[in-house]
Amino acid sequence: MTRAASLDDALRAAASSQYCAGGTTLIDLMRQDVMRPERVVAINRLPLTSIDTTADGGLRIGALATNSDVAHHERVRADYRVLSEAILSGATTQIRNMATTGGNLLQRTRCIYFRDPHSACNKREPGSGCPAIAGYNRNLAVLGTSEHCIASNPSDQNVALMALGAAIDVRSVAVTRTIPIDQFYRLPGETPEIETVLEPGELIVGVTLPPMRGWRSHYLKLRDRQSYEFALASAAVAVRLDGSTLADVRIALGGVGTIPWRTPAAEAALRGATVSRDAFRAAAEIALRDARPQSENGFKIELAKRCLTQALIEVTA
Amino acid sequence: MTVKGDEPIVGEKLATSLMVNGNLYNVDVDSRTSLLDFLRETLGLTGTKKGCDHGQCGACTIHINGQRTLSCLTFVAMHDGDEITTIEGLATGDELHPVQAAFLEHDGYQCGYCTPGQLMSAAAMLDEPWGPDDADVAEAMSGNICRCGAYQRIVAAIQAVRQAKAIS
Repeated sequence: MTRAASLDDALRAAASSQYCAGGTTLIDLMRQDVMRPERVVAINRLPLTSIDTTADGGLRIGALATNSDVAHHERVRADYRVLSEAILSGATTQIRNMATTGGNLLQRTRCIYFRDPHSACNKREPGSGCPAIAGYNRNLAVLGTSEHCIASNPSDQNVALMALGAAIDVRSVAVTRTIPIDQFYRLPGETPEIETVLEPGELIVGVTLPPMRGWRSHYLKLRDRQSYEFALASAAVAVRLDGSTLADVRIALGGVGTIPWRTPAAEAALRGATVSRDAFRAAAEIALRDARPQSENGFKIELAKRCLTQALIEVTA
Repeated sequence: MTVKGDEPIVGEKLATSLMVNGNLYNVDVDSRTSLLDFLRETLGLTGTKKGCDHGQCGACTIHINGQRTLSCLTFVAMHDGDEITTIEGLATGDELHPVQAAFLEHDGYQCGYCTPGQLMSAAAMLDEPWGPDDADVAEAMSGNICRCGAYQRIVAAIQAVRQAKAIS
């Protein structure tokens, strides 16, 4: 491991290096022999921790702002409540004090076969097979799966960022670019080991949220255990109301997708609709219409529909 | 015995300076050493416990620059210049920290293995933005597992400290 003294120092690190920010995912998976980086570059001292209002009234969150800093930030609590609620529904205070915004974007799946180096896993060892499809898959995905991988994305933060339409700022030695979050994650397809569009050597330096004046938002998470548990199904919703009409709406689902799952068709169905449980349930049917159950996780489809319906009821109440 | 070709892999050493319980240490550490192993094996501060070594149990909870964190999920070389407090540094001389006294008063443990982590979490949560109810304490402490199941007494101990703090 080396310690990056500056952003340029970090970016010059070889492409075979693995950046380490908070360490809560990487160190855990290195110790379990799941991730085996040749080199680790510690970036925890880089000056990427600030949270600032942007010129248009949005918010720029540094990649190394901790999950605690973001969740408790005054403007996040006021204008991006879904993000605060999502982060606080995940992990524990100790982990949220360490985990970073950029690291959480790259959080790895909790699929037990991925996390067990003695099992086959197409994500960990491409081409070795997917025992989850015929095995333990109760907590895995029903949307965006392929015959090679059904691992679910475990993050709560990323579901909220998807609903908020966040943009991810990325740097490398040669390139500075901004990636809309709905173009950031890759479906597993035939290459489940490639989870995002990041190129080797690229570093997430920040996340930008658009202004959300006139919106309200909410995160609802359903799980086996009240606290310190990953979602079986979750919904991040943001709405702009004009009386009892939904002038605009944004929806993302967690726990059910191989990536944080945006639902444009359900949003379109609700745009201009009058607030009602029936309209919400109809949108939830649309959101899950492409879901494909595995042997143990079919219950997630109805659970996710109810979760989304309830989240929309609560955010419009 | 070390078999040829099976020598332990040694990481590079990184000069690291950190304050632990008010004492300054300047050390060259193997870059792959966890903060937990450093505290226990190098400094001999065995009050911080290794439960799961996975970030799931909370037994290794310490404070870094005043914030509670898990010492198993970080490398010591990432903490150059940091101030660390472990269970050995929680009391002031012979005067127990209020959460230590309350755990004694309320019998907030059984076997005691998780207790250092529970105490470090409890001490930190006093200054965090949590609601007043028992349920808020349960949520705040959900990262510290007690396999003896002393949870109700732990919550009672913490609530006693919070209520005394609110009155004073």
